[in-house]
Amino acid sequence: MAATLEVRNLQTHFHTKAGVLRAVDGVSFEVGEGKILGLVGESGSGKSVTGFSIMGLVDPPGRIVGGEVLFKGKNIVGMAEDEIRSLRGNRIAMIFQDPMMTLNPVLKVETQMIEAVQAHENVDRKTAWARARDALGQVGIPSPEERLASYPHQFSGGMRQRVAIAIALLNKPDLIVADEPTTALDVTIQGQILYEVQKLARVTRTALIWITHDLSVVASLADEVCVMYAGRIVERGSVDDVLDKPAHPYTAGLIGSVPSRNARGRPLTQIPGVMPSMLNLPSGCAFRMRCQYADDACTKTPPEPIGKRGVRCVRPLAEVA
Amino acid sequence: MTVFIIRRLMQSSLVLLLMSLLVFFGVFAIGDPIEIFIAPDADQAERARAIAALGLDKPIWEQYVMFVANAVAGDLGRSFVFNIPSIELILQRMPATLELAIVAVALSVVLGVPLGMYAGYKPDGAVAKTIMAGSIFGFSLPSFWVGLMLILIFAVELGWLPSTGRGEVGTFLGIQSSIFTFNGLKHLLLPALNLALFNISLVIRLTRAGMRENLPMDYVKFARAKGLSKRRVILVHVLKNILIPIVTVVGLEIGSVIAFAVVTETIFAWPGMGKLIIDSINNLDRPVIVAYLMIVVLMFIVINLVVDILYSILDPRVRLGDMGK
Repeated sequence: MAATLEVRNLQTHFHTKAGVLRAVDGVSFEVGEGKILGLVGESGSGKSVTGFSIMGLVDPPGRIVGGEVLFKGKNIVGMAEDEIRSLRGNRIAMIFQDPMMTLNPVLKVETQMIEAVQAHENVDRKTAWARARDALGQVGIPSPEERLASYPHQFSGGMRQRVAIAIALLNKPDLIVADEPTTALDVTIQGQILYEVQKLARVTRTALIWITHDLSVVASLADEVCVMYAGRIVERGSVDDVLDKPAHPYTAGLIGSVPSRNARGRPLTQIPGVMPSMLNLPSGCAFRMRCQYADDACTKTPPEPIGKRGVRCVRPLAEVA
Repeated sequence: MTVFIIRRLMQSSLVLLLMSLLVFFGVFAIGDPIEIFIAPDADQAERARAIAALGLDKPIWEQYVMFVANAVAGDLGRSFVFNIPSIELILQRMPATLELAIVAVALSVVLGVPLGMYAGYKPDGAVAKTIMAGSIFGFSLPSFWVGLMLILIFAVELGWLPSTGRGEVGTFLGIQSSIFTFNGLKHLLLPALNLALFNISLVIRLTRAGMRENLPMDYVKFARAKGLSKRRVILVHVLKNILIPIVTVVGLEIGSVIAFAVVTETIFAWPGMGKLIIDSINNLDRPVIVAYLMIVVLMFIVINLVVDILYSILDPRVRLGDMGK
């Protein structure tokens, strides 16, 4: 059976005055029904742009210049705007990073939920309202009837993110793209939301792409993980494989950067330097300037990570099958 | 809300009192009407009688106290020139000015908002650039010159529209206005456009800035991610957000439109309040000047109140109870 979403060699470039910025440069992955894929990377690694590309929401000067985004076998890239709009929010939903910014401040929650139902289905207001109420209840918002008549500013950050998730769930999508949805929340709320989302993916068989820079979130949530660096996937595999035996020095660096109790008192480890400008990437491996293992061999183009477990490195730290 | 309105009314009466002081004593400073009204060859007794008849023989503070006492009872004094209550005189002229101002403001919203939205939506297009260039002219060309040009083009050269005066007055729902007759509208169009030009430009620029500011916001992208049509995203989600500053500015502009009407009314011989105040200043008709200024202040106060209430309707985050503290 075909995966819910298959991304093949996706290239999203931004044509700026300073040159062509390859925000996403040949990314491939797939997510199956009920599976959770973690897309991990630093700021600017292209993970959010990948998410927006899947939604068909890349705005100029950005453009998808190559590759395919196959949703249930149908290519979304190059689809007519109307056709992709009927998928958006319906079959493919998205949750954004900052819950304080995603809801329209001047419209009631019910307005924003009912319109999301009515955009895709010819139902009356009452039916749509009932569905909105049920969705709010589903994400654990107390007394949803009353809350529907509230404005976003009357909710706390965690509650707003729940509302956003409820909106994403309204039309029972097959795929949800979640772009750092818990980054702006405190840890207890984050834990609750992760739990809800995991339960949901299991129960409704919704495929989920969880974009984050937080490896601990990925560890507790995802089935598989793709690590992105400078617009490319540098390592992929099951969560256990990647987190226990990282093969790419970058992944190892990310894992090493997570503060842990065992390392109390010692200086925190970090990856030296910052990600190079996307307009001016070094030849060969994009990470070699910051990599402690780099040598002359790294100036050659590293291999593509292919298959279920793969790494973009000439001398991986661990064996990959 | 009620508390807010009551508090606002109390503040407003203080403003009115202060304004009346300023206006009353200010008008005294600009000249003595006696010199204009009394024939130069009048003798001393006649002169004293006239001064007493107008109440100008008393000291200024006593005149002021009398004025305030009468004003509270709704009497703002009698015009020296026409010898009728100045309030009556102003109210006669008010509808003409108000209809001019309302049509001008309506024009600036009806033309300004869509043009500004388009210019903000497609900022790099030739149409948007033309709109923006046009708005610079609207800003910078002096109103009297534009008025003369409008007359020259549409009245003199093309002969489409009349150049002076107010048209026939019609009645609709008990309101008398020249908006309700075709002839009246024809007379109204040029002066209203002249008066509106600055505000159209202002609204265009404000709307465009609002669009440019709101379009990249997350809530717009989220609305699109819900699968809403572009139309709904722009006309409901974005428009409701950019209306907040527009309402504020347009509300305050109603006041200045009424004030600026002086120039337009003079050019188009429009029988409104602006024309009246100019004539009254020339004649040093003190009661009319004072009454006019007091009424204008009152209008500003009312407009501000309405704008604040509208604000709370448009933006749910604004709670009127917290304002004005």
